[in-house]
Amino acid sequence: MNLESIPLQAFLIVSSALFCIGIWGLLNSRNAVRVLMSIELMLNAVNINLMAFSSYIDNNLIQGQVFTIFVITVAAAEAAVGLAILLSLYRNRVTVDMESFNLLKW
Amino acid sequence: MSIAITTQFICFIVLSLVVIIGALGVVLLESIVYSAFLLGGVFMSVAGLYLLLNASFVAAAQVLVYVGAVNVLIIFAIMLVNKKEDLKPINDIKSRRIISTLICLTLLSLLIRVDLTNAWNLSSPQNSIGEESTIRIGEHLFSDYLLPFEVASVLLLMAMIGAIVLARRDVMSKDISTGLPVDQELIEKSSEPLLTNKN
Repeated sequence: MNLESIPLQAFLIVSSALFCIGIWGLLNSRNAVRVLMSIELMLNAVNINLMAFSSYIDNNLIQGQVFTIFVITVAAAEAAVGLAILLSLYRNRVTVDMESFNLLKW
Repeated sequence: MSIAITTQFICFIVLSLVVIIGALGVVLLESIVYSAFLLGGVFMSVAGLYLLLNASFVAAAQVLVYVGAVNVLIIFAIMLVNKKEDLKPINDIKSRRIISTLICLTLLSLLIRVDLTNAWNLSSPQNSIGEESTIRIGEHLFSDYLLPFEVASVLLLMAMIGAIVLARRDVMSKDISTGLPVDQELIEKSSEPLLTNKN
């Protein structure tokens, strides 16, 4: 095997695996904090994808890196609001079990 | 293969192993505190992957924002809501696990198939600006991405105010339903949960 650099596909496979692990955690976690962590994992997978494409396909204009910075900004805002919602939920329900937040269930 | 390429490969393999195994630990470990610290490790390794892609500014932003802000926020949230509780057993948990695992594996195989079979239109490395990327990001942010940049500042302000409003403890002098004076010490411990369980 004689390669000049790391292939783009290696980064894409790592980010695909990270995204699927995030989805699995989102579907299977019962602790609401862990659900937020899974969302952060998925956002990081998307960021790796954007960075790999910006480095391999658009390596002069690097618009992918600018998009990654915006995604990081939105992720920080999302984490702050999500944890505030979690705190007020905990204040009302005295639990963080996802199965007990069933007010909108029909 | 020159020694620089070999070093890059070794770094990439180590960092991706840390990312994948750390992410598995985040979703699989019993203790939520271990998950939070592993999440910090995953964020640091992702920053290392960015360094491999010649993006030092984004790597620094990743470390500052994710490890310094988001992870600390998550650890604070764990500290505030950490209560040992016995989770109610769900009767169809096994089938749910199997179905969700199947869905995730199917999605993973589809994504990997797309990754490997698509013919990516790679640009030549001669055009690469390499370590100049910080300058280019600054040019982008103040020319063609100026409007999203300003909107992002408004979004951060909205998120800050929203988080304060949501997480603020409402101090009421008397209870809404009963009219009795409220014990100001531990509101959430002394009062009944506002939203009772449906079933």
